[in-house]
Amino acid sequence: MSTGNMNLTLKIWRQKNGKEAGNLVSYQVKDISPDMSFLEMIDVLNEQLINKGDESIAFDHDCREGICGMCSMFINGRAHGPKEGITTCQLHMRSFKDGDTIVVEPWRAASFPVIKDLTVDRSAFDRIIAKGGYISVNTGNAQDANNIPIPKTEADAAFNAAACIGCGACVATCKNSSAMLFVAAKISQFALLPQGQVERETRALNMVNQMDEEGFGNCTNTGACEVECPKGISLENIARMNREFYLANIK
Amino acid sequence: MSKIESNIPEGNLEQKWSKYKSTVALVNPANKRSLEIIVIGSGLAGSSAAASLAEMGYKVKVFCFQDSPRRAHSIAAQGGINAAKNYQNDGDSTYRLFYDTIKGGDYRAREGNVHRLAEVSANIIDQCVAQGVPLAREYGGMLSNRSFGGTQVQRTFYAAGQTGQQLLLGAYSALERQVGLGAVEMYSRHEMLEVVIIDGKARGIIARDLVNGKLERHFGHAVLLCTGGYGNVFYLSTNAMGSNVTAAWKAHKRGAFFGNPCYTQIHPTCIPVSGDHQSKLTLMSESLRNDGRIWVPKKQGDTRKANEIPEEERDYYLERRYPAFGNLVPRDVASRAAKERCDAGFGVGNSKMAVYLDYKAAIDRYGKTQAKKLNIDNPTAEQLSEFGKQVVQEKYGNLFEMYDQITGENPYEVPMRIYPAVHYTMGGLWVDYNLMTTVPGMYALGEANFSDHGANRLGASALMQGLADGYFVIPYTIGAYLSKEISVKPISTDHEAFVNAENDVRTIIDKFFSIKGTKSVDHFHKRLGKIMWGKCGMARNEKGLEEAIQEIRVLREEFWTDLRVLGTPNEFNPELEKAGRVADFLELGELMCIDALNRNESCGGHFREEYQTDEGEANRDDVNFSYVAAWENKGNNNYELHKEELKFEAIKIAARSYK
Ligand SMILES: Cc1cc2nc3c(=O)[nH]c(=O)nc-3n(C[C@H](O)[C@H](O)[C@H](O)COP(=O)(O)OP(=O)(O)OC[C@H]3O[C@@H](n4cnc5c(N)ncnc54)[C@H](O)[C@@H]3O)c2cc1C
Ligand code: SF4
Ligand code: FES
Repeated sequence: MSTGNMNLTLKIWRQKNGKEAGNLVSYQVKDISPDMSFLEMIDVLNEQLINKGDESIAFDHDCREGICGMCSMFINGRAHGPKEGITTCQLHMRSFKDGDTIVVEPWRAASFPVIKDLTVDRSAFDRIIAKGGYISVNTGNAQDANNIPIPKTEADAAFNAAACIGCGACVATCKNSSAMLFVAAKISQFALLPQGQVERETRALNMVNQMDEEGFGNCTNTGACEVECPKGISLENIARMNREFYLANIK
Repeated sequence: MSKIESNIPEGNLEQKWSKYKSTVALVNPANKRSLEIIVIGSGLAGSSAAASLAEMGYKVKVFCFQDSPRRAHSIAAQGGINAAKNYQNDGDSTYRLFYDTIKGGDYRAREGNVHRLAEVSANIIDQCVAQGVPLAREYGGMLSNRSFGGTQVQRTFYAAGQTGQQLLLGAYSALERQVGLGAVEMYSRHEMLEVVIIDGKARGIIARDLVNGKLERHFGHAVLLCTGGYGNVFYLSTNAMGSNVTAAWKAHKRGAFFGNPCYTQIHPTCIPVSGDHQSKLTLMSESLRNDGRIWVPKKQGDTRKANEIPEEERDYYLERRYPAFGNLVPRDVASRAAKERCDAGFGVGNSKMAVYLDYKAAIDRYGKTQAKKLNIDNPTAEQLSEFGKQVVQEKYGNLFEMYDQITGENPYEVPMRIYPAVHYTMGGLWVDYNLMTTVPGMYALGEANFSDHGANRLGASALMQGLADGYFVIPYTIGAYLSKEISVKPISTDHEAFVNAENDVRTIIDKFFSIKGTKSVDHFHKRLGKIMWGKCGMARNEKGLEEAIQEIRVLREEFWTDLRVLGTPNEFNPELEKAGRVADFLELGELMCIDALNRNESCGGHFREEYQTDEGEANRDDVNFSYVAAWENKGNNNYELHKEELKFEAIKIAARSYK
């Protein structure tokens, strides 16, 4: 952990678009404050590039507080960088030290094609949700909210599953590019709630089928996704999803 | 006659909305299928509107600039959402929520709109729970509530510190369901850059596909702008990096009046600026003021560490100045009080521009109750502190972690340092009771409109308003317009209005590349932010505002002659996106200053130093300024003011006191 300002070498993936090949390019940044966030450090580099007349590095980001799920960098071989339980935008430069070389790559998965540099296309996730990641209740159909008491433990468990930010770090980390953790989190949220029971089976079937259709790989239980998930989505969800899928299939 | 008509229904305040609903014109199901609606934005307002309208049978297209609709800025809302459910049996009611909101807005909002908001608030919670939104619950299985600023009841529903995320994921799931059913066409990574107006009515948009840079034309019988707030005009704010005014501003330049642009909310509890590299500011949710106590040392320039300053040498200035509401005064009041202490030399931290938000007392208090619950008779100090921390973690854990991440300090052990930051914009496109702008067929919902919060928004009311607009208001009010459009066939996008609008967009994009100057977009954005924060921020005065207007004009000149945008228009190009947004901020900023200069009073978030009481409170002028300022764009940065008088029939307008 660093307290003074740092000089760093960055090796960053540059790729003009989805059709052309990319490669790692080295850059130097100087006088980086430990209080900067990782993305602010990239901002500094981009400003430097523009001033030199070079195109800036394209990367996804928006909220910069760990909740929108937009940021997505593979840093020194790990999704969202060296610290656990946080997103790229929450990583601060105090986690590095003067003289470090930092390698930054995009999420790599066949189902997440590169758009440019560090930006990838994760729209497959939306298409999976569109197949069943909801409860079919039209606006105006609802009864009074407190008519459905839900034990706190179950409500909390559903909330924990619902905390997934859809960042795709699980896919990027998995050697099979499996999206099981993401899909399981959504299936679990609804499986745990009374409101989710009616469509329980069709939901599991349709979402899992879409996941396969998008070309995500299989789960071989290595558990790497759980470790890198910034929201601590647990592997238990995958077990629950498998159960849901199995039960739906034998009917 | 003024050109603006609020179209608030006649009759008793309590009956306006129900009467409106039962008499508004309807569109029959067959006709709905042939009516197309464009929704720009997929935040709470856009997603809820799009899903509801698609469920009703309309053909809907939704646009957002993020890679997924689920990432709209609403996702970042932390603290909660208000609703007049009175589940806590503490005296809440529709009227009380209405009253608190009007008073909280410093008597600068419309009674009719706000009452409707309070009426539908309860339905929102029902709808969200039915969708499977996991709101916080008590052990008995019932929903839990907490308090937010400016109220004395507990009406705020929440999901830990991730309320916006959970509500948006609910609305997003409803939206994706309609996408799956083919009722909504979703356009992610698309940015709307112009509206198309034909015979005076909004008939479509020009959007840029951000991945390949292509300009697209889209027709709609109506266009809904649900594009969020413009706090990023200040560069540093709690908003997401991409939040911007472009959609609203293009609409404004095509005829939609802009309401109360100077009303900005500065949130009192944010993590202070740590250096020049700062790209955004992080909010520490208002919910933290439920249990945290705010203080500064009684001694000026005190250099001791917080924990070394004894109790009697601390000034809990909010509790001292506002005993009735204490730490839960509304945001504008809390922010100004923090600024006052820091300006007077009592600030803390390296920059001295911060105050403490302290959880020690809450940890002690919760520790004791928890020990009782666990039947531990003589708990040790360590046990108490341990129990207390557990309770605090359960309630605010993710916020505490966030603070720790950003500052490297542990807020369970040392008080947090906080300072006000730009957070929300009450101003926005002027809309009537139907949420329609001054351009027929063009609507504005959510933070993008000016409507319900007057000069100051109460905490947990933006989520409520966004979802009220989308789920429960627009599905009715759009019928009033579309029922008259049923015979209008879709207009070909070869129509010259589409061609011209697309050419206008292309001209601006080409201009950006042709300047070939020396400075980045961020360079100009930061400078604009400094002007706005310094002269049109928490405190404003005539001289500063006049200077700011001049400075912005000069900066705008420089932008258009010295900007550097690299790459090409026909590819994914984030610098180009930013250039377009900052170009619009450079015009909006001037209008905000003009509006602030025109409003010779202090109200809510708009504090003119010339207009304050002896005690430093905002001094409103109801005789001369009880109106909505609706600005018409006359071209070339000229603006004409239209006034909508505010009438208070149900509430007696009074000085706003939280003492
Ligand atoms: C950190 C933070 C915490 C908050 N916490 C709370 C809280 O606890 N309670 C509360 O009530 N309020 C809170 N607020 C306020 C509240 O979150 C917002 O006011 C509200 O979510 C705005 O919703 P919206 O739907 O109007 O817009 P947004 O959610 O901002 O969505 C805007 C949408 O418009 C799209 N868009 C914008 N321009 C274009 C364009 N040109 N082309 C295409 N698409 C475009 C974006 O892609 C996005 O989808 C908070 C705000 C912040 C910043
Ligand atoms: S499960 Fe975790 S890693 Fe995967 S998308 Fe959700 S938050 Fe990201
Ligand atoms: S930018 Fe939103 S999670 Fe990182």
